[in-house]
Amino acid sequence: MNARADVLAAIRRSIGATGTEQTRVMAVDDRLERAPRGVVPQRGQVAGEERLALFRRMAEYAQASVDEVASAAQVPAAVAGYLRQHNLPATLRMGDDPRLKAMPWGETTLDLATGPSDGRDLNGLSHAVGGVAETGTLALTSGADNPTTLNFLPDNHVVIVRESDLSGDYEDLWRRLRFAHGKAVMPRTVNLVTGPSRSGDIEQTILLGAHGPRRLHIVVVRS
Amino acid sequence: MSVHPTSPHFKANASKALADAQLQKALGNVKRGFIDKRAKAVANLPEFEALRNAARDIKNHVLAHLDLYLERYAAKVEEAGGHVHFARDAAEARQIVLDLCRTLGAKTVTKGKTMIAEEIGLNPFLEAAGIRPVETDLGEYIIQLRGEMPSHIIAPAVHLTKEQVAGDFRRVHTALDKDRDLTEPVTLLTEARGVLRQEFLGADVGITGANFLIAETGTSVIVTNEGNGDLTQTLPKAHIVLASIEKVIPTLEDASQFLRLLARSATGQEFSVYTTFSTGPRRAGDPDGPEHYHVVILDNGRSSMLGTEFEEMLRCIRCGACMNHCPVYHAVGGHAYGWVYPGPMGAVLTPSLIGVDQAGHLPNASTFCGRCESVCPVKIPLPKMMRHWREREFERHLNPAVQRGSLGLWAFFARRPRLYRLATSVAVRAMALVDRGRGRFARLPFAGGWTQYRDLPAPQGRTFQDQWKARRAGRAA
Repeated sequence: MNARADVLAAIRRSIGATGTEQTRVMAVDDRLERAPRGVVPQRGQVAGEERLALFRRMAEYAQASVDEVASAAQVPAAVAGYLRQHNLPATLRMGDDPRLKAMPWGETTLDLATGPSDGRDLNGLSHAVGGVAETGTLALTSGADNPTTLNFLPDNHVVIVRESDLSGDYEDLWRRLRFAHGKAVMPRTVNLVTGPSRSGDIEQTILLGAHGPRRLHIVVVRS
Repeated sequence: MSVHPTSPHFKANASKALADAQLQKALGNVKRGFIDKRAKAVANLPEFEALRNAARDIKNHVLAHLDLYLERYAAKVEEAGGHVHFARDAAEARQIVLDLCRTLGAKTVTKGKTMIAEEIGLNPFLEAAGIRPVETDLGEYIIQLRGEMPSHIIAPAVHLTKEQVAGDFRRVHTALDKDRDLTEPVTLLTEARGVLRQEFLGADVGITGANFLIAETGTSVIVTNEGNGDLTQTLPKAHIVLASIEKVIPTLEDASQFLRLLARSATGQEFSVYTTFSTGPRRAGDPDGPEHYHVVILDNGRSSMLGTEFEEMLRCIRCGACMNHCPVYHAVGGHAYGWVYPGPMGAVLTPSLIGVDQAGHLPNASTFCGRCESVCPVKIPLPKMMRHWREREFERHLNPAVQRGSLGLWAFFARRPRLYRLATSVAVRAMALVDRGRGRFARLPFAGGWTQYRDLPAPQGRTFQDQWKARRAGRAA
């Protein structure tokens, strides 16, 4: 009674292999090691202002809103302004991310809370590790810095991303993640987020705010 | 297999579906909702065709090395502190999940949308064992309330109208105001969000499927738009992933190739809202995420498809494009197919998984228009495979005697071209004579089933081959 051995043996019987053929083993090891890039669309092959513009255009196409600030010090005022503009309560929950903690929140009247969400927070704030301009996608990783629950439970999710962390394509994001975590090592959770939550399950009518955030607001930090 | 298939009754199911006015109204949404959006998304990406070829090649490479990739994948999951369980069949997979739930002391499990759970009949099995499964994908939640199967692999409740959903919500959400307004989809969505939010927070175990398993990193990937899969796998103390053997792919780069195809093919989005990569359980210092992470990898007949003419079906990434573009699916919807997987992909996969004796009608329910193959992101030759199933069905003497006899008769003439030409020209002239200028036959001997629904245009006195020859001669001259 070893299901694993049985299933693998059944596969090998069907493809006529033993599992020990050197050529097959080498083909697999080689692919895992080299991780060939495949077809990477031209669309994302832009840099600088063009990359930021593409990121912005694609994120907005996915119904996120995008703001730009010149420096990290301007983030709190921009976030407070966004919440005010949409008549949202002046509350904000975030993780321990030192980049967020270092921002001058004292300049705002926001009521701040720290740690994962229990589902009762209206507004959540996260710092993304990167973004992909090709589709206006944010990349967030789990941990005490940016708890995963903040990405999904609050009604309004505000995400900070540095312009210098934006990638043109997913392949560049993987390169950056491998650089940060090591080859073949992943953070526990990587969330790629493209716009706010939605569902089309009732009569194919797309509606925002299914189970995750109803609004996604992105603040890009330049410089 | 525990969900009792009604696939053997496809013909009766289809007749019923065609006469169901509410279903026909809802099915109009399939045509309107999917085709144009996909076409637009594809047109926006010049590399789409190249990506289809790349994705096909990756899957072919994986299938040729499937045993090795599964071993590599399992080792990486275990390295990250997760557990991998292999299941030979549906019964074994169900039992693994139940045992895990019992060990974890689970009373309620939330579920992200997983077709594998449907395939193994997980919900009724858990319920019988006193564990309450709660579907959290809006479409799956609706059909769970109705005790139905999904009718579409990515839009499980596409067969329903908003009025039907409103009726179900009133019937089940009895704690809410009886006079509330449920006329618009947005009010239905808001109500489901409120009800399910409590379920997310109270669940002991979260069960999701997997769009991909990445061998390089031991990562499972889910793709959703609602965020339900993420709340399902993040909030409870344990996350159980259900996947089948062919879901494994080599690397993150390979995942990117498929992700560029998946959303565009499925919903016409540039990218789905949430694409989530999960590797093992919560780590030291993590303030949230599951403490336990298990992956159940199901075979259930797939390994015996390898090395056969149905191997290419294992490339399928479950986008639903084939059914969205299928005239038969548009006409009868998903339930008529009688099991978990409808449309062209279901017509090929279902006989493999539950037997051609059970599901032989499905590959026959095709016009062979070829749209399914032309939109398939991994270029599965679905019409060719449906033909293979028809051959198998014939070989195993599963067709009715009249059909076999007629085919045998036709084959006798087809193998004798001169006789064939003679017989057809006699028949065509005879029919033209009998027709006497009316232009159509409302009734024909031996073809009552066909003429019941339409007239047969009367032949004009010459066979196709005659006309073809005449035209060729004319062109040459």
